[in-house]
Amino acid sequence: MSSVTVSGPRPRFGGAAARLAAVARLTWPVRICAALLVLVVLGAVSAPWLAPYDPASGDLSSTLAGMSGDHWLGTDAGGHDTFSQLLAGGRTSLLGPLGVVVFSTVSGVLAGLFSAWRGGWVDALIGRVLDIMFAFPSLLLAILAVALFGKGLGAPVVAMAIAYMPYTARLVRGLTQQEKMRPYIAAYRVQGHSGTFIALRRVLPAIGPTVLAQSTVNFGYALLDLAALSFLGLGVQPPTADWGAMINQSQAAVLEGQPLSAVLPALLVVVVVVAVTVVGEHFGDRLSGREAKA
Amino acid sequence: MTGSARAALLAVDGLRVTVPGAGRPILDGVALTVRDGEAVALVGESGSGKSVTARTALGLFPAGADVSGSVVVGGTEVVGAGSGALKRVRTADAAMIFQDPRAGVNPVRRIGDFLTEPLRRIRGESKAAATARALELLGAVGLPDPPRHLRQFPHELSGGMLQRVMIAYALTADPRLLLCDEPTTALDVTTQAEIMAILARLRRERGLGMLLITHDLDLAAAVCDRVYVMYAGRIMEAAPSDVLIAAPRHPYTRGLLGSAPPLTGPLARLTPIPGAPLGLAETVGGCPFAARCPHAVPGLCDTTEPEPEPEVDGDSMVACLRAAELGASLIEETQGESS
Amino acid sequence: MTAPLLEAVGLRKAYGANVAVSDLSFTLEAGGALGLVGESGSGKTTTARMLIGLEQPDRGGILVRGKPLAHASRLERAKAVQIVFQDPYLSLDPRLTIRAALDDVLRLHGHPDRPGRIAELLDQVGLGEREAAARPRGLSGGQRQRAAIARALAVEPGVLVLDEAVSALDVSIQAQVLNLLADVRRETGVGIVFVSHDLAVVRYLCDEALVLHRGVVVERGPVEALLQDPRDPYTRLLISSVPHTGWSPEEISKQRRALIRG
Repeated sequence: MSSVTVSGPRPRFGGAAARLAAVARLTWPVRICAALLVLVVLGAVSAPWLAPYDPASGDLSSTLAGMSGDHWLGTDAGGHDTFSQLLAGGRTSLLGPLGVVVFSTVSGVLAGLFSAWRGGWVDALIGRVLDIMFAFPSLLLAILAVALFGKGLGAPVVAMAIAYMPYTARLVRGLTQQEKMRPYIAAYRVQGHSGTFIALRRVLPAIGPTVLAQSTVNFGYALLDLAALSFLGLGVQPPTADWGAMINQSQAAVLEGQPLSAVLPALLVVVVVVAVTVVGEHFGDRLSGREAKA
Repeated sequence: MTGSARAALLAVDGLRVTVPGAGRPILDGVALTVRDGEAVALVGESGSGKSVTARTALGLFPAGADVSGSVVVGGTEVVGAGSGALKRVRTADAAMIFQDPRAGVNPVRRIGDFLTEPLRRIRGESKAAATARALELLGAVGLPDPPRHLRQFPHELSGGMLQRVMIAYALTADPRLLLCDEPTTALDVTTQAEIMAILARLRRERGLGMLLITHDLDLAAAVCDRVYVMYAGRIMEAAPSDVLIAAPRHPYTRGLLGSAPPLTGPLARLTPIPGAPLGLAETVGGCPFAARCPHAVPGLCDTTEPEPEPEVDGDSMVACLRAAELGASLIEETQGESS
Repeated sequence: MTAPLLEAVGLRKAYGANVAVSDLSFTLEAGGALGLVGESGSGKTTTARMLIGLEQPDRGGILVRGKPLAHASRLERAKAVQIVFQDPYLSLDPRLTIRAALDDVLRLHGHPDRPGRIAELLDQVGLGEREAAARPRGLSGGQRQRAAIARALAVEPGVLVLDEAVSALDVSIQAQVLNLLADVRRETGVGIVFVSHDLAVVRYLCDEALVLHRGVVVERGPVEALLQDPRDPYTRLLISSVPHTGWSPEEISKQRRALIRG
């Protein structure tokens, strides 16, 4: 007789205790990221009340100031208070990607769901159109839109939403095709439910969480793209505050040895993109894990 | 018994497997023997631990499990064995056939490559020798056109044909013991008969011992010499097949027999076992079957663990506190039904 | 003369060159139970899917109480024929509790007293309050299949198609569900089409059976007569393939080869 313990991962059991253990094991980085996001969003939302200075008007008497009691994070070459600009810039920098994600998700879900649910030649046609749309790089499409419709937030957001739509549509199409094959969907048909009801009220909620996880990740990419556009001077125009635009405006400041007004918005862009991606992917992993278990 | 004189190919004794977080052990005090050339069945419902038991013979234990007891395969102790000993067991002593043949093959490799790989890599045979042996094995499992099958991909074969390829694959190791884990559950009934015929012939021609894992008590009794009945990780009853069917001594065995509708004879209403098989999360105090047993005595069966009582011949045992009292009445019930 | 409960006339279904079902006809009287027996590729599942309208026959038609199913509305069809699938875990919506799933069907069909009917259904299939409040994930295999049966019975269909409905269950649970189905048949008078590969189970539940082989009916008749005096060699093979004491798989294997060659 002998006794041994087999090494290896602990087996997975259902039950609340196991789920609690999984949450406790996984969430610390996710929790930090989520907290950072909440902080940034709160700052952006309450910018008008929190900002000590008007972010749009510069005080030419104190340009390129360092950190001080008057200007916590210094000022740029135009004398704009960096802290106030960061807060106010958060609004446009977050609002833009939000618009992209909302528009691309809604249109992508409708296109993907309709395509997969109808099937046949409709699905084949929509699939081809999506393939063609994939060929357009989002940033170039946005620059084209700016060339046609002028600078600002509106044109690039619309252009990028169109460029992002195929990603969501393809995901939704695949998930719907998969879900459509499941016996419980056949059971709904046998019970007499209409196709529209099953697609919108049963399939959509089933695939919704996975689509939302993808959209969260898309938000990060859109934020990065829009910031790049602003940095190139094609996006939001001064005096409206924006993180990408701030980096652009602060090139002189960097040369003058006061890089805070360039470094901080860049850092915020990175932090928000990383945090959004971490939270989104955690969300997605958990969903796919649940799928695998079921 | 003459059987006892034969060497044991597989001897499991006092096997206990526990995993953290479970309410009961996966296996508890499992003991069974498969002798040279003998066909033995391990019957149970889902979660009974029958597959886990078979896997231990290849040194495959659930991840994170605490294992105690003994599993001896062809003279080698598997529990706590090093990788060298395990490799010897897996490549020379025992081989396993699984329920779903498609899960066990690489879909993009030809049958020929799949079969010759172990021959060349483990036994070090030349390519020509390995191919010749693969052809011979495909013939031995009754496939009609071995040279053509060598060039085929798994998807070109039906489930029954692919299961025969898996048997041929198991034979590449030239094992003495064949572990068959529900080998026909995914197949049609007529294909099941075909696979069972091949296994019977292989056993006769090669003197293989077989451990058949199945949920089908009728199949087990029809093709095996002896049957072990498992429930919730324990052996409830063991007996020669005909004895087990005609005179079950454990209420669980009796319940299983009463659950299957008969194909011939009078058709009475089924007497199913109430409730559902015990989950891994549930705890056991006393007999694990007590909660579903029509003969359970409160205060006895749910508190006292039944000790397995072996018979004098060593081929039968029953783990029931009330086996002696119930003996005659269980047999009467069974025979009343089949007459 | 009144029309039979269910009538299939000359059903044919092909997928490309592969003919799944050819010229299949049968009738089912009210309260009757008909077994469709066959192995994989026999066309029994395709037939079941045609009966519930998930597949359209290439030729032939299905009549329920004399009315062609093809002309029925969605809701009429649902009230005419319902189905219980093989795997209840896959055929129940993972996101709905059993109570919500039942409520969903009843609401669709405009049932006047949904809570009352749900209580009745749960009682009929032997599920309690705890099971009603659970999602499929929280139930055992047998409980899930009971829930699927309750859902199929909710609208009081004329015909209940059971597609290998007990094959995936453990032996002891299978017996419970078989008894439940026998009770349902007796109490509601629902006509049953039982699709299965298992002759013993068909014998337990059905009066008559069709034996299907490669899309063709090779034999039909009362179950007991089929079992005791099978005429077709395939039926004989099927019967002798069922394991029993004194069984010789090698004999059956020879029989099977002869049949494939012939």
